Amino acid sequence: MTARSFRLVALGLGFAFLYGPIFWIVAFSFNEGRLVTLWSGFSTKWYGELARNRRLVDAALFSLVVAAVSASLATLLGALAGFALSRLGRFRGRGLLAGALGAVLTLPEVILGLALLLAFVSIDAWLGGPGRGAWTIVVAHATLGMAYVTLVVRARLAGFDRSLEEAALDLGATPAGVFLHVTLPLILPALGGGWLIAFMLSLDDVVLASFVAGPGATTLPMVVFSSARLGLNPQINALATIMVGIGALAVLIAVWLLGRQERQR
Amino acid sequence: MRRWLVGVPALWLVAFFAGPFLLILKVSLSQAVVGQPPFTPLFADGGFRGSLVNFAVLLEDELYVEAILASLALAASSTLACILLGYPMAWAIAGAPKYWRAPLLALVALPFVTSFLIRVYAWIGLLRPTGFLSALLQSLGIIDGPLALVPSTFAVALGMTYTYLPFMVLPIYASLEKIDPALTAAAADLGAKPGRVFWSVTLPLSLPGVLAGSLFVFVPAVGEFVVPELLGGPGTPMIGKVIWQEFFNNRDWPLASALAVVLLALLAVPIALAQRAGAPTAEGLR
Repeated sequence: MTARSFRLVALGLGFAFLYGPIFWIVAFSFNEGRLVTLWSGFSTKWYGELARNRRLVDAALFSLVVAAVSASLATLLGALAGFALSRLGRFRGRGLLAGALGAVLTLPEVILGLALLLAFVSIDAWLGGPGRGAWTIVVAHATLGMAYVTLVVRARLAGFDRSLEEAALDLGATPAGVFLHVTLPLILPALGGGWLIAFMLSLDDVVLASFVAGPGATTLPMVVFSSARLGLNPQINALATIMVGIGALAVLIAVWLLGRQERQR
Repeated sequence: MRRWLVGVPALWLVAFFAGPFLLILKVSLSQAVVGQPPFTPLFADGGFRGSLVNFAVLLEDELYVEAILASLALAASSTLACILLGYPMAWAIAGAPKYWRAPLLALVALPFVTSFLIRVYAWIGLLRPTGFLSALLQSLGIIDGPLALVPSTFAVALGMTYTYLPFMVLPIYASLEKIDPALTAAAADLGAKPGRVFWSVTLPLSLPGVLAGSLFVFVPAVGEFVVPELLGGPGTPMIGKVIWQEFFNNRDWPLASALAVVLLALLAVPIALAQRAGAPTAEGLR
């Protein structure tokens, strides 16, 4: 076998493995029958049923709000941490800050979820409130998301031409003006990309949310997970197809944003 | 300004990351009780009431030791499968024409960002007795009756390999791409055959990428919960699942905390190594 044909086989097998299951989900979301394993004709009826499933729709709307709020919080925190780590040089606790953010990225979610729940329970014990609810999910997702945003912001600032800021200062701009008119526009794509990553993470998480959610706060992944435990359901296929579409769109936007900043370098 | 840049994220991490970990340690030393919160206080009646009883239980009960060993073994086999599948992919992408590489890498990373839960769900449909794989193998005449691949330990390994494959491909690609083409060209000029060039030059130089990828797959795989819960049966007691069950089903928070402490101790070295290797997504996003 030549190197070229070996390459094609490796890529063909690899991508078939990666995309086969996704293709199956999308195809069977348009299947008419209730059986998710036997094709019986094209239909979009499961999308209709999905739209009428109040429990799923409510959970989806709730998840979108939680994802948007936690991603915004994560972007703010991650931008601050990214700036501190790339711009402040050495400071006390720098290693600890970088280490903690790295640990958030690699730790098993079960541990992070358990740790956060214990923290929320203690807060309630000390302050006598406010109890768990949507806010605890937002805090958990913001903590996870900020680690990813920091990564993206640091990568962006590492390839940043600081002479642009120096030039603006030489030309008489105030430090605040430099930040607003030079620095911010240059890192905006990284902030946008980071926000999208944090948003998708929140929309996908079932472990952290299950641990920290208060009564009545049910996210979409929690509903999907509990119905997947019970078995297959064509409505979930339809929902998955929509989520795959949104996910693919978000990635394309993120790649475009981050690719554009690459070309600007 | 400086104070805010460091202070705000640092305070956040102390409150919602470092602090909570100390709480896990604290709760692991107490006992389960019926009540709110469902564990005994560490200090009561003017004295220290903590004990290592939970850890003794973990060591004595075979179930927990087995779960830990099974998790390590399953994570290791998934890591190996990721290397066997991911290395050729990374190698093929690194050798592709330059304008093809970025789109191919994006295709590798794309499933990772599409819902993880949904992709694991898909495997239930593919691996069921009436599912695609069973039907395919039957029509090819390889098996006679329907084949139930889910729930099984094999399905868990397959699911984790599938989930974490991008984490392996991206760092290996990054290390392959860094190899100076002059080195392989020199080896070829000196008479080495392509296979020899690969074994003596390319492979050794790409090992840092293989090591980084292995850590990024192994660490989350050991503590994985969703994959064993959806694809594995009661015969696959992974540690992440056991922590979950102790916590949610048995409401034994101290024992769940003790398990988390043990898992953390097991993963401390691989996590520290993974930190030094950088984060997987950093490679993917660049």
